[in-house]
Amino acid sequence: MDLSAINPVLLIASLMVAATPLLLAAIGELVVEKSGVLNLGVEGMMITGAIAGFATAVESGSPLLGFIAAAFAGAALSILFAILTQFAQANQVASGLSLTLFGLGLSALMGQSYVGIKPPQMGDIHIPVLSDLPVVGPIIFGHDIILYFGIALTAAVWWVLKYSRIGLVLRAVGENHDAAHALGYKVIRIRIAAIMFGGACAGLGGAYISLIRVPQWTEGMTAGIGWIALALVVFASWKPWRALLGAYLFGGVTVVQLNLQAAGVAIPVEYLAMSPYLITIIVLVILSADKSSAPASLGRNFHASR
Amino acid sequence: MIRLEKRPQPSRAWSMATPLVAVLATMLFGGLLFAALGKPPVEAIRTIFWEPLFGEFAFYYRPQLLVKGAPLVLIAIGLSLGFRAGIWNIGAEGQYIMGAICGAGAGLAFYPAVSFLIFPLMVVAGALGGWAWAMIPAVLKTRFGTNEILVSLMLVYVAEQFLASVSLGLLKNPEGFGFPGSRNLQSWDSAHNAELIAGSGMHWGVVAALIAVIFAYVLLNRHMTGYHIRLTGEAPRAAKFAGVNPTRLVLFCLGTSGALAGLAGLFEVSGPSGQITIDFNVGYGFTAIIVAFLGRLHPVGILLAGGLMALTYIGGDIAQSNLQLPAAAIQVFQGMLLFFLLAFDLLTNFRIAIGKPEVA
Repeated sequence: MDLSAINPVLLIASLMVAATPLLLAAIGELVVEKSGVLNLGVEGMMITGAIAGFATAVESGSPLLGFIAAAFAGAALSILFAILTQFAQANQVASGLSLTLFGLGLSALMGQSYVGIKPPQMGDIHIPVLSDLPVVGPIIFGHDIILYFGIALTAAVWWVLKYSRIGLVLRAVGENHDAAHALGYKVIRIRIAAIMFGGACAGLGGAYISLIRVPQWTEGMTAGIGWIALALVVFASWKPWRALLGAYLFGGVTVVQLNLQAAGVAIPVEYLAMSPYLITIIVLVILSADKSSAPASLGRNFHASR
Repeated sequence: MIRLEKRPQPSRAWSMATPLVAVLATMLFGGLLFAALGKPPVEAIRTIFWEPLFGEFAFYYRPQLLVKGAPLVLIAIGLSLGFRAGIWNIGAEGQYIMGAICGAGAGLAFYPAVSFLIFPLMVVAGALGGWAWAMIPAVLKTRFGTNEILVSLMLVYVAEQFLASVSLGLLKNPEGFGFPGSRNLQSWDSAHNAELIAGSGMHWGVVAALIAVIFAYVLLNRHMTGYHIRLTGEAPRAAKFAGVNPTRLVLFCLGTSGALAGLAGLFEVSGPSGQITIDFNVGYGFTAIIVAFLGRLHPVGILLAGGLMALTYIGGDIAQSNLQLPAAAIQVFQGMLLFFLLAFDLLTNFRIAIGKPEVA
């Protein structure tokens, strides 16, 4: 075992990379849940985004186009969920599950001819002087553009939810859809928009895994990150900045666990690989006591009787 | 103007018809999907649904129907109890794995003893393994209010890692020339879940699945616990006033589904699959969710749905070798089925009305 081989600066930099897919998916789902909808299909939308982004990037040679395609693919899949829950009044838990099962199959089908290919590289930004600073440079100024986009998105969602009129309406729909309907807000339309936003974010998160984090395509490569993102929303008590904190925490666990594997710690690899899931459970247990901040209409379908 | 009007009571006729409509719609759209993949659509659908039952080699495929259907029905029966009460165990795959590991482990501890007691012991250990794994989300939910969906699902990934660990370590075959995986239980008579009638595909898991169907039917229709399950699902507030104990219900539903999933795992590992290997699980725990919904959470419905889903597995395999249809296409096909089912369920609870709403 050689722990001195672990470089703390690289560790923090790779922690941020590992956290970004989680953060993107969680922020999307946070908005969805704020509107009172529980979409358990995050995993399915992420993996679909992962392959859609990967395939587009490989075919076009542009990672950025890949990300755009991934966002569209995630949103497209989420429309299926929106149709089921908002128009067909189907159970949200069952619909979300079916989205995940469908997405896993669809992605495997789409990805057949992309196994073992290397995607085009998304370059890290390079700011003269700043990026070359020791320690601070690689941590703060040496990442790809999507990582910064994730943080900016967190800030934007926080601001919109807290200070803007759209955010207020969204929260009203999530807290009490009957009252919001009585006030004349289009509950269904707002929820569909939120669901699609969540789908686009999940797609982006998936593409981040296949294009930057790994970067490669393998079947089922999201390996439960979508589900951890769902747990993260609970962890964050539906607050964007806490989602960022949580994502970095889970990213940290993943990266430390991988580094320990590489350093050859005396714990078997399988037990280290379990740790992110076990820690998710432990965190859920600690935080489930307080449910007061959950949107009051979460998971309930709305049907205007008049 | 077309609008939806909520039915005062769910329509029984539509409730029965939606699975059939969903299957037809899936065939149609599945055919389009296969056509998009460049495969002859009619031929593909025929291969999946007809070939295993009445094709040239049906004598070989029909027993497979029981082999593949049994674990699906066994798991789905357990899941349906919880789903009815709004308790969502979606980690049956993990409970299936743990049941297999515990059952096989309990048996292998006595290798190479010869005794008729070993197999029953493995069955008990398998059920207990699945039960214990399901108790984790159950206890966390009842004690701390933790979401059972997320916990049970996280435990699937933990169980998969544990499976990898034991097939490379604890349960690895000492005479296996270093290959991962346990001893083959098929070649050890005391632990082999052999076919009860040779060539029929009928093994103890099939028997267990049929017993589970009957028990679930009796439970739901004739027993107080079953009544509480239905009451909690259909009228949670009424259940509260009727004095239903939610803690007991959560423990019962998750425990039963875990034990049944564990049993399914044990019967699979000691029979058709034969040994514990890194990837011996093939996703029955997740497909069983589709089976439970397709069967309308009703024991008899689940039996039929399990058969249908087994058919798509077998037909999918045939289409894979005959038409080079990719394996993932069948997964998409199964996922589609659940989509259409949920979508058409609209007609069970709502009526499509044309014209202006009446003024009350």
